[in-house]
Amino acid sequence: MKKLVLIGNGMAGIRTIEEIIKREPEQYEITIFGSEPYPNYNRILLSLVLQGDSKVDDIVLNDYDWYKNYGIVLHSGDEVTKVDTENQLVYSSEGKEVPYDKLIFATGSNPFMLPIDGADKEGVIAFRDIKDCETMISTSKSYKKAAVIGGGLLGLEAARGLLNLDMEVDVIHIQDYLMERQLDEPAADMLKKELEDQGMNFLMGKETVKIRGKNRVSSLLFKDGSSIKADLIVMAIGIKPNIALAKEAGLEVERAIVVDDYMQTSAPNVYAVGECVQHRGMVYGLVAPLYEQGKVLAEHITSQTPEQTAGYEGTLLYTQLKVSGVDVFSAGEFVDKEDTKAIRVHDEFEGIYKKVVVRDNKVIGSVLFGDTSDSPRLLDMMKSEQDISEMNKVSILPSEQERGTGESPVVAMAESETICGCNGVCKGDITDAVKTKELSSVQEVTQVTNAGRSCGGCKPLVSDLLEHTLGEEFNKADQKQPMCGCTDHTHEEVQAEIKEKHLTLVREVMNVLEWENKEGCSSCRPAINYYINMVHPLEAEDDANSRFINERVHANIQNDGTFSVVPRMYGGVTNPDELRKIANVADKYNVKMVKVTGGQRLDLLGVNKEDLPGMWEELGMPSGHAYGKAVRTVKTCVGQDFCRFGTQDSIQMGIDIEKKFQGVQTPHKVKMGVSACPRNCAESMIKDIGIVGLQGAWEMYVGGNGGIDLRQGELLCTVETDQEVLDMISAYMQYYRESARYLERTSHWIERLGLEHVKAVVVDDKKRQAELIERMETTLSTFNEPWEQIIQDGKIKQDYYEVKVTS
Amino acid sequence: MEKTARKVDAGPVEDFTVKIGKEVLIGDLKLAVFRLAEDEFHTIKNECPHKKGPLTEGMISGEHVFCPLHNWKIDITDGQVEEPDEGCVQTFKTEIIDNNVYITV
Ligand SMILES: Cc1cc2nc3c(=O)[nH]c(=O)nc-3n(C[C@H](O)[C@H](O)[C@H](O)COP(=O)(O)OP(=O)(O)OC[C@H]3O[C@@H](n4cnc5c(N)ncnc54)[C@H](O)[C@@H]3O)c2cc1C
Ligand code: SF4
Ligand code: FES
Repeated sequence: MKKLVLIGNGMAGIRTIEEIIKREPEQYEITIFGSEPYPNYNRILLSLVLQGDSKVDDIVLNDYDWYKNYGIVLHSGDEVTKVDTENQLVYSSEGKEVPYDKLIFATGSNPFMLPIDGADKEGVIAFRDIKDCETMISTSKSYKKAAVIGGGLLGLEAARGLLNLDMEVDVIHIQDYLMERQLDEPAADMLKKELEDQGMNFLMGKETVKIRGKNRVSSLLFKDGSSIKADLIVMAIGIKPNIALAKEAGLEVERAIVVDDYMQTSAPNVYAVGECVQHRGMVYGLVAPLYEQGKVLAEHITSQTPEQTAGYEGTLLYTQLKVSGVDVFSAGEFVDKEDTKAIRVHDEFEGIYKKVVVRDNKVIGSVLFGDTSDSPRLLDMMKSEQDISEMNKVSILPSEQERGTGESPVVAMAESETICGCNGVCKGDITDAVKTKELSSVQEVTQVTNAGRSCGGCKPLVSDLLEHTLGEEFNKADQKQPMCGCTDHTHEEVQAEIKEKHLTLVREVMNVLEWENKEGCSSCRPAINYYINMVHPLEAEDDANSRFINERVHANIQNDGTFSVVPRMYGGVTNPDELRKIANVADKYNVKMVKVTGGQRLDLLGVNKEDLPGMWEELGMPSGHAYGKAVRTVKTCVGQDFCRFGTQDSIQMGIDIEKKFQGVQTPHKVKMGVSACPRNCAESMIKDIGIVGLQGAWEMYVGGNGGIDLRQGELLCTVETDQEVLDMISAYMQYYRESARYLERTSHWIERLGLEHVKAVVVDDKKRQAELIERMETTLSTFNEPWEQIIQDGKIKQDYYEVKVTS
Repeated sequence: MEKTARKVDAGPVEDFTVKIGKEVLIGDLKLAVFRLAEDEFHTIKNECPHKKGPLTEGMISGEHVFCPLHNWKIDITDGQVEEPDEGCVQTFKTEIIDNNVYITV
């Protein structure tokens, strides 16, 4: 096997290796030297590392396993110090000596440091690598004031990072407006305003002449004589290609290493890619052209007929980036000239600015700010030099129209238009991959096509395209969504692990699944506790500290810290005895208000926590579970006993349902209703489960909701007997318990799964139906009436209800 | 007005459940006592700086308690409210002497 050596373990070099392996995994024995002690990471996302919650691991593009899997020898933290192009050998700082058949330089750039007085002081750094980030993080722990010199992309990213580290940040820019190489003045002003709102302070038109301080920096002096204090100075004024090694090796260099269209340097078998390269006079500093170079080089050195492969012809320069959460796009000539005209959209309400510069009826440049969704279209028009004299504004800036219709601009895009600028992935590549490889998440699309793998700015477009391509099958909620900030695991994954590994304790689950926040939070712990109880009803150990207060003390907390008590009245039916008891208790405990609830029972409001057990004992009624993520009430209409329209005994049906399912724990509250005719006096159509009586039959409606998201229930099935009603509720509710995410109401759940799917499982598939019913029966067998249990248990009473009074 | 600090006996440690808050009334003063581990006790005022939620009823995670009313996250050990919310709750020195919990108020 031939030996390939790569100098520089960075973005361009490794992409080139990926392209080589994709074509010919066995052709070369690969050795890589990298001076940084890390695997290849995404430099573009460095500012994420400064956010504190992100670690180096999160921005790694190729982990150590990747190198291992492809048999690549990686010397990380080891710099190449000498190259002998005569004998084809490289030497490293750790004394390694490696021969090569092909050598690739991908040494990137070094930050440019202002050669001013004091620039060598402690506390003056650049923003280029992980080491710089680490310095910023540690500085932020003991110092407060940071200054960034340079109001270009890099400087603003650095400033954003420092804000995240809670430092005060001054950005010093020599020009009068920001990012002058990518933006025109109106766009730059909008950006400045946005960043000022985020907390940055700008000093414009200032030239730094001196850095003062003893050992460490303390202040900055400007040409106009003014000065500011600073404990940390980040210089972000530009980069210079890292060519010292190449120069020493005798390669032809000018501004950077000179290469031909095949990325070949002046020495035989020596190539170069990335920021250290000068091609047809151009040096690039963004990944898109560098990745193109990598592709060309890979094609060339893996081909049997290298002379016939396509060469690199340079890249139309454009920038698509996210500055501090704002989308910015800029390309070509965007400054107005005598012979140019421009289309402008400036919406100060939405923070959107668009400018398209036209010469001789052709688009020659553009700046987009706030909404960059038209960028693929514009780039395409620029590349193809399309004549636009026949086009109207809407077809040049399609999103202007779509903003009204809500349709994503990807729909109108041609298959050949680029979606991911960094990686040169066009719409057709993505739709093909989605279809042939059955992809269903943005993550998968990124893995397969590279779209979204660099700056990430195109992810919303990728997501829209995925949705558009998959049509019905797509569901945003299906995208991998972690349970909460404590973990990366989804609800589904957690539930599956609880089942598979037979976990029965909340703490155990967080341990086994390596919760990042070891103690969990008020979002994940109740969810885990629910899943454990649901999956292992017989063995689960309930964790009182993972329950909201309402479920821990079996009453609803109110805004003043008192509680409310709702005793159960099956089917909304009561009697004088019960009412007398309630009245007596209300008097005795000074209940502030007695209120008839929407669920047909009585609510006693304003009760002190310590009084709860005593009240329950005197009431002698079961808990109405009005506080729980559980089956609450079954509302009924009077039905055939009294109503002249009634066709069924709705009250008895309601009582039977409520008796059977009372208190069953569910992902979110479950309310039911039984009406004895379609007039629906029990509001069955807006209940989680609504039963409607017909002559000789019952209809079961599901997924209704009378709350925030009003939703009408849909017909699940029609059955004949009362027993069938109970069975269908069992199967349906058990399926909801098993497949909904904690805190997902049935209405959202059924929209996510689709009524047809749920029908297929609980109505049509008799075997699954029977299994669901059986599991529901197991759960029902564990029911304990909570109030009674607490009244009997002195320890619970003491622990959860008593208040200590001392003097 | 009494201003001097004094130690109040809040009863034996067994009266406090690990990781479940307990309200202790000292005169008019409502305190929230948290037993985080066998021998780790902290006391803060039983009133969330947001809308006076009773912190004893909150869910405890590590050294934090989540207010039961609007989920503000409060550090039990120093009374600080976690960002993005702001504020702090008064803390009270708590110690165990001869198996009894003493709070200095
Ligand atoms: C904060 C920040 C934000 C950016 N944002 C964007 C953006 O939004 N969009 C965009 O397109 N681009 C962006 N860029 C630019 C992009 O990251 C670079 O263009 C890209 O990383 C260049 O790739 P490269 O492989 O040429 O160099 P690098 O990624 O720098 O890799 C070169 C590697 O070679 C190593 N090396 C050098 N000399 C030696 C030696 N003698 N021996 C061994 N190893 C050596 C270096 O240590 C380095 O690890 C950003 C850059 C930064 C710093
Ligand atoms: S739903 Fe029909 S049966 Fe029931 S009370 Fe109303 S009208 Fe009468
Ligand atoms: S009262 Fe504590 S969060 Fe509102």
